[in-house]
Amino acid sequence: MSERKIRIMVAKPGLDGHDRGARVLARCFRDAGFEVIYTGCHQTPEQIAASAIQEDVDLVGLSCLSGAHRYLFPRVVELLKQQEAEDICVIGGGIIPEADFPMLYDAGIKAIFTPGASLDSIVAWVRENVRPDF
Amino acid sequence: MYFVKEVLEQSKVLKKKWEDSVRKMVGKTPDQKPRWSTVSDLEIRRLYTPEDIKDMDFENDISYPGEFPFLRGNQATGYRGKYWTLRMFSGMGSAADTNKRWRMLINSGQTGLSTAFDYPTLMGYDTDDPKARGECGKCGVAIDTLEDFLQLMDGIPMDKVTTSMTINPPASVLWAMYCAAADLRGIPLARIGGTIQNDMLKEFIAQKTFMCPPGPSVKLICDTVEFGASHVPLWNTISISGYHIREAGATAVQELAFTIRDGMEYVENVIAQKGLNIDDFAPRLSFFFNSHIDFFEEIAKLRAARRIWAKLMRDRYNAKNPRSLWMRYHTQTAGCSLTAQQPYNNVVRTAIEALAAVLGGTQSLHTNSLDEVLCLPSDHAVEIALRTQQIIAEESGVANTIDPLAGSYFVETLTNEIEEKTWEYIHKIDDMGGMIAAIDRGFPQLEIADSAYRFQKQIDAGEKIMVGMNKYVNDDVQKIPLLDIDDSVEQEQIKRLNGVRRRRDNRAVTKSLNDLKNTCKNGKNVMPCCIEAVKNYASVQEICDVYRDVYGEYHDPGLF
Amino acid sequence: MENTKKIREGSVRTASRLIRNIEDRHPEARAAIKKIFPHTGGAHIIGITGSAGAGKSTLVDGLISAFRKKNQTVGVLAIDPTSPFSGGALLGDRIRMQKHAEDQGVFVRSLATRGAMGGLSKAAGDAIHILDAMGKDIILVETVGTGQQEVDIMHNSHTVIVVLVPGMGDEIQAIKAGIMEIADIFVVNKADHAGTAQLIRELKNMLDMAHIPDDGWRPPVLTVGSAFETASFVENLNILSEKIADHHQYLIHFNELKNRLRRKTRVEIRDALRSCILDPVLADLDARGELDRLTELLINKESDPYTAAEEIASRYLRKIPIKQTKKGGIVR
Repeated sequence: MSERKIRIMVAKPGLDGHDRGARVLARCFRDAGFEVIYTGCHQTPEQIAASAIQEDVDLVGLSCLSGAHRYLFPRVVELLKQQEAEDICVIGGGIIPEADFPMLYDAGIKAIFTPGASLDSIVAWVRENVRPDF
Repeated sequence: MYFVKEVLEQSKVLKKKWEDSVRKMVGKTPDQKPRWSTVSDLEIRRLYTPEDIKDMDFENDISYPGEFPFLRGNQATGYRGKYWTLRMFSGMGSAADTNKRWRMLINSGQTGLSTAFDYPTLMGYDTDDPKARGECGKCGVAIDTLEDFLQLMDGIPMDKVTTSMTINPPASVLWAMYCAAADLRGIPLARIGGTIQNDMLKEFIAQKTFMCPPGPSVKLICDTVEFGASHVPLWNTISISGYHIREAGATAVQELAFTIRDGMEYVENVIAQKGLNIDDFAPRLSFFFNSHIDFFEEIAKLRAARRIWAKLMRDRYNAKNPRSLWMRYHTQTAGCSLTAQQPYNNVVRTAIEALAAVLGGTQSLHTNSLDEVLCLPSDHAVEIALRTQQIIAEESGVANTIDPLAGSYFVETLTNEIEEKTWEYIHKIDDMGGMIAAIDRGFPQLEIADSAYRFQKQIDAGEKIMVGMNKYVNDDVQKIPLLDIDDSVEQEQIKRLNGVRRRRDNRAVTKSLNDLKNTCKNGKNVMPCCIEAVKNYASVQEICDVYRDVYGEYHDPGLF
Repeated sequence: MENTKKIREGSVRTASRLIRNIEDRHPEARAAIKKIFPHTGGAHIIGITGSAGAGKSTLVDGLISAFRKKNQTVGVLAIDPTSPFSGGALLGDRIRMQKHAEDQGVFVRSLATRGAMGGLSKAAGDAIHILDAMGKDIILVETVGTGQQEVDIMHNSHTVIVVLVPGMGDEIQAIKAGIMEIADIFVVNKADHAGTAQLIRELKNMLDMAHIPDDGWRPPVLTVGSAFETASFVENLNILSEKIADHHQYLIHFNELKNRLRRKTRVEIRDALRSCILDPVLADLDARGELDRLTELLINKESDPYTAAEEIASRYLRKIPIKQTKKGGIVR
C-alpha cells in the first residue's frame, strides 16, 4: 500500500487540435496503472503549469503537432521553475524534427517521443525515470 | 440476379473442389496468420466468387458511369475529358512566402490551389494574441487582414484558377477576403471558383479546431451556403470532410458514415433555416476523403460513397437535378499512414494510396510529401508527390478506362459491405436525433477514440505492420532535408499587422464590426457585413471575437 | 508546523502534496492533518452529485465563475473512478474547468476513487480539511456519478446539489433509491431537452409527498439550460449560487449546521477508527499469516466469522476505561 501512485498530466499546448496521440497515450497510461489528468486541447503553457502544480503530478506529457513546440515546451518548463516546481518532469511528443532536440533538451525537456514510438516504450520510460519519493 | 443460373451452379461445384484443395494445402503449409483483415480491421476472406454478388441488381446497384447510382462515376466520360485536379495543399510562413510556392506549383503543372493556414488563422486569432505565441506561419500561411490576403493572391489569376481554402471556424471571414480581393481586382463574384472547407461538424468530431458551439457554427455555415447560392454560384461552400475523421483514428466505415451523416445534417439545416430548395445548393456541396494504405478497402469506400449519397439525395431529400445526386470529392493520401522512420518509403505508400483514389474515381487529389511526418513539405518533396500523380495519370494507363474494377467479385462485395455498415451508423445517428445531438453525447468522438486505441495496440503487438516502424526496422537514420519556418516570421507578421492597424480607418472598422454584431444578433446572413468588415481591414480575430461574443465559445469536452 | 503555516497561507504546492500524501497513505500525512484540523470549519462545503453525463463538471465550472464574481475563493475536488483492472484512472473533470486554471483564487484537484465505493475517495474527507485550512470560502465536491449509492457526499458536505437530466429515464429511480433524502437543491440540467417539464413535475410531486415541515427547508428545483447559451447559463448559475447561499443561511439560522457537523464528525470518527484500528489489525494478521489460517478454518467450517472475529477482538482490544483530559483529548 505504502508507495506512490504515479500521477501524470497529458496536455496539448498551443492551438492545434490533433489529439489522437495524446488521447491514446492518456488511455494507455491509465491502463498501465497511472492516474492521468487530461486537460484537453488548446491550453496555454500558463494553464498547463498551474494545473500540474494543483494536481501534484510527477510528469507532464506535452503533445504538439503544429510546429510551435520550440516556444511552447520550454515555456512550460520555465513556468514550473518559476513556481518552484522544477521537480515535475516534462516530456514532449508530436511532430518534432530532430534538429530541435538539442534545444529542447537544453531547455529541460527530459525526453522526446516522435511518431512511431510504441506505447510500451513510453510506459517503460516512465517507470524507469519517474520514481516519486515517498 | 446478376448471373444466369447455370453460372452459379458451375461456380458452386468448382468452389467445392477449390475448398478441398485449400484444405489439403493448408494442412501442409498453414496460413501465415489466422485472420486476414484490412487496416480498418474488416475481415477479408481468402476468395470471392460469383455467389458473393449474385443478389446485386445491375441497374440499381451498378449501372453505368454518369447514371444513378453513380457507383461508376459522375462523369459519363471518366477521366478522358479531364484528369482529376492535381491540387497540392500548401502554405507556410508569410503570405509572400506562400505566394512564391504557389507560383512554383502553377509553373510545374498544378491546376488548382489549395491553402494551408497557420493555427492562429485557423482558430480565429491574430498573430499577436497571447494564445498564438510560437504558432505563426508554422503549419500554414499567416493571414491577419486583407493586406496579407492580397499579397497571397498577388499575380494569381483569380478568374482562371480555382482555390481551395482549408478553413473552418473563420471560413466566412477568409471567404469574405477572397470575395473582397476579387472585387478589388474587378473580377465579378460570379466568375470566381473554389472551395472553403467550412465543415465544423468534423471539427467537433475529430480535428478539434473549434470556436463557437455546434448550433451557431452550423448557422454560420448555412449563411455561406445561402450567400454562395445567390452570389457566388461557382463556389463550393462546404467541403464535407472525412479526411480528418480518418486521421483521428477512425476506420474506413466510420470515416464514410460520419462524413455522410455530417453532410445530411448540413442539408437538413440549410433547408430548415434558409428555406432553400435542395437543388438550389446540393450541386455545390463537395466532399473530402482520405485514401489510406489498404488499397481495395479505399477503392470500395470511395465507390460506395457515391452510391449512398445518390440514394440519400434522391430518396430522402427528393433532389431532382442529377447534379444534386453527384457526390464530388477531393481525396488526400493518408498522413497517418506515413512513417518518420525510413521516410523514402513514404513515396511508395503515397503512390499506392493515390492509385486507390484514382481507381475509386476521385475528382481531385493531394498526394502527401515524403517528409510530411517530420515537418512542412520541402520543395523537393512536394515535387516528387506531384510527379507521382502525373505518373499515375499519364504513364500507368489506369485512366484509360472508366472504373476498371467494377464487377470484381471482391471489390463489389467489399463495396456492398462498407455501404451496409455505413447505413447502420447513419440510422443509429438518426435515432439519436441527428449529428449535433450525437456529438453532444460524444458518440462519434468515442467511436473514433476506441478505433484509434485498438489500432495502436495492434501496431504495438505487431498484428498490423508499418514497415520501418514495427517491422524491418533499421537503426540507421535517413537524413532528409527539412523545411524550417524561422521564428522571426512571427515578429515580422506582428509588425505588418500593427502597420495595418495604424493605417486603416479605425472608425470604419468599429462601425462595420458593430454592424456585424447586430446582424449576428438578429439572425440575418453575416456574409455582406463580413465582406464590408474585411474591406475596412478588420482583422480575422476582430471579426471572430464578434462571433465568440454573440454565439459563445466551445471548449474541448475531452470525452473518453 | 512549517507546512501547516504554508497551507494556511494558501500554498498550492504544499496543499496539493499533502492531499497526495493522504491518498498514498504516507506515514506523515496523519500528523499533518492533526495539525491542520484546528484551523478548519470556515468553508461552506457543497456536494454535487448526479449520474455520469448529467453535466456536473460544466455546472461546477459555472459555479466557480459565479462564486468568483462575489469574490469568494473556491476549492474543488473532482472525483473520477479508478479502473478496477489496472488501478489507473483517467481524471477528466478538470478539463471543463480549465479557464480557471490560472486564477489564484481557485484550486482544482482531481481525485481517483482508488476502490472506494460511496462516490468519493477515501482521501476526500481529509482533502476537504486541507482546502478548508487553506481558507477557501467555498469547497465544491463533485462525486463520481456512477451509481445510486453516492450517499457519502451527504456526510461530507453542508449543502448537497443533485443534478438530473431529463430523458435519462433512470433518474426517478435514482431518486426513489435514496438520492431524494440527501438533496438540498435539485438542478434539472440541460433543460432545453425534451422531458424537462415532466421531470420537474415529478420532482415537485415527490417533494409534496415528503411532508416537509412549514419551517423546514424545501429543496428548490432549479433549471439550467445549455452551457452554450452563454448569457442565460450565467444567469441560471447566479441563481443557483444564490440558492446555495440561502441554504447556508438556513443551516445557520435553524442550528442545522451544527446537526450536520455532528453527523459529519461521527462519520469521521468512524473512518478514523477504521484506519487506526481495523487497518493495522488486518495488516498485522496478514503479516503473521493469520488471515490465511482463519480463511482456511472458515472454509473447512471449523469456525465461523463471528467466533473468529471475537477471538481476534479479545486478542487486540483491551478494555481500558477512558478518561477525559482537560483539553478534551483522551488518555488512558
